[in-house]
Amino acid sequence: MMRFGVVIFPASNCDRDCVHVLRTVLGQEVEEVWHEEQSLDGLDAVVLPGGFAYGDYLRAGAVAARAPVMAAVRAFAQVGGPVLGICNGFQILLEAGMLPGAMLRNAVLRFRCTMVHVRVESTQTPFTRTLREGQVLQMPIAHGEGNYFAPGSLLSTIEEAGQIVLRYCDAGGRVNHGANPNGSVRNVAGVRNPAGNVVGLMPHPERASEDVLGSGDGRLLFESVIMWLETRKRSLVGA
Amino acid sequence: MPIYRIIIELKPGVLDAQGQAVHQGLRALGYETISGVRVGKCIEITVPDQTARDEIDAMCERFLANPLIEEWWIERDQDRDGTGRSRVPVLPRSQGS
Repeated sequence: MMRFGVVIFPASNCDRDCVHVLRTVLGQEVEEVWHEEQSLDGLDAVVLPGGFAYGDYLRAGAVAARAPVMAAVRAFAQVGGPVLGICNGFQILLEAGMLPGAMLRNAVLRFRCTMVHVRVESTQTPFTRTLREGQVLQMPIAHGEGNYFAPGSLLSTIEEAGQIVLRYCDAGGRVNHGANPNGSVRNVAGVRNPAGNVVGLMPHPERASEDVLGSGDGRLLFESVIMWLETRKRSLVGA
Repeated sequence: MPIYRIIIELKPGVLDAQGQAVHQGLRALGYETISGVRVGKCIEITVPDQTARDEIDAMCERFLANPLIEEWWIERDQDRDGTGRSRVPVLPRSQGS
């Protein structure tokens, strides 16, 4: 059993969903980590959940990215700890400079709350290791600022480095304009850091982790990191 | 203590969905000759005397703006003479008869 930390900022609102999936659906230990916490000792993985942390004042994720807990999240990531940012959590990781790029308001002038398909582009992360490249997942999105943007040179760099983890696609896995719900450049739905242990995505895997919710695909990301952690633990014990 | 006003806008070329929506609203009111709208934000900070411009620039770069998508202008409050201040009607135009 692994020990997950779910970070709670003022106005996080998907924290309980994450705790539910990790604890009840997947049987893991979960610690709820308040945003003023300065240590993440004893945790195996950290999730930054969705919501509107600090009211999204200034820019989505901007104030949360400077919260006390983020120094600990940064240190945790620097030593290879897996960190997953979901929706607002993704925005926070971008604002913290832990992932490349920025979010703009949706190009469609609408808050998008709908089920989408995404295609796995990189399996070089703890969260996608057990998936295969090109695999199509179905998960919901719910955001007003999910229009991923990176200026041309930065975009080339991250594409060449394989840092794009997920792209919006149609049910058949084709990445095209019609499958892009928010105007994201090159249909980007999720990215990773160069090392691969920090991942951010706009879709909500925690809302697609039980079949009764219409899709269980989100659970695959959590199961992947659990398996990755177990493998790492075994190799450490064996060494 | 001096007051500085920081104007933050999305860089030219970066999609401004909010500006587009406001543009639509203006057109709906009949202002059809307007050819572009960009929406930014204004942050007013009161700082100790002798605060260097560089320090305010650093605040913008590190937090107040996102340099990847935004640019900013810094102006001192005293640069403004007040002639452009809004005249507040007794009843807002939208609600008047």
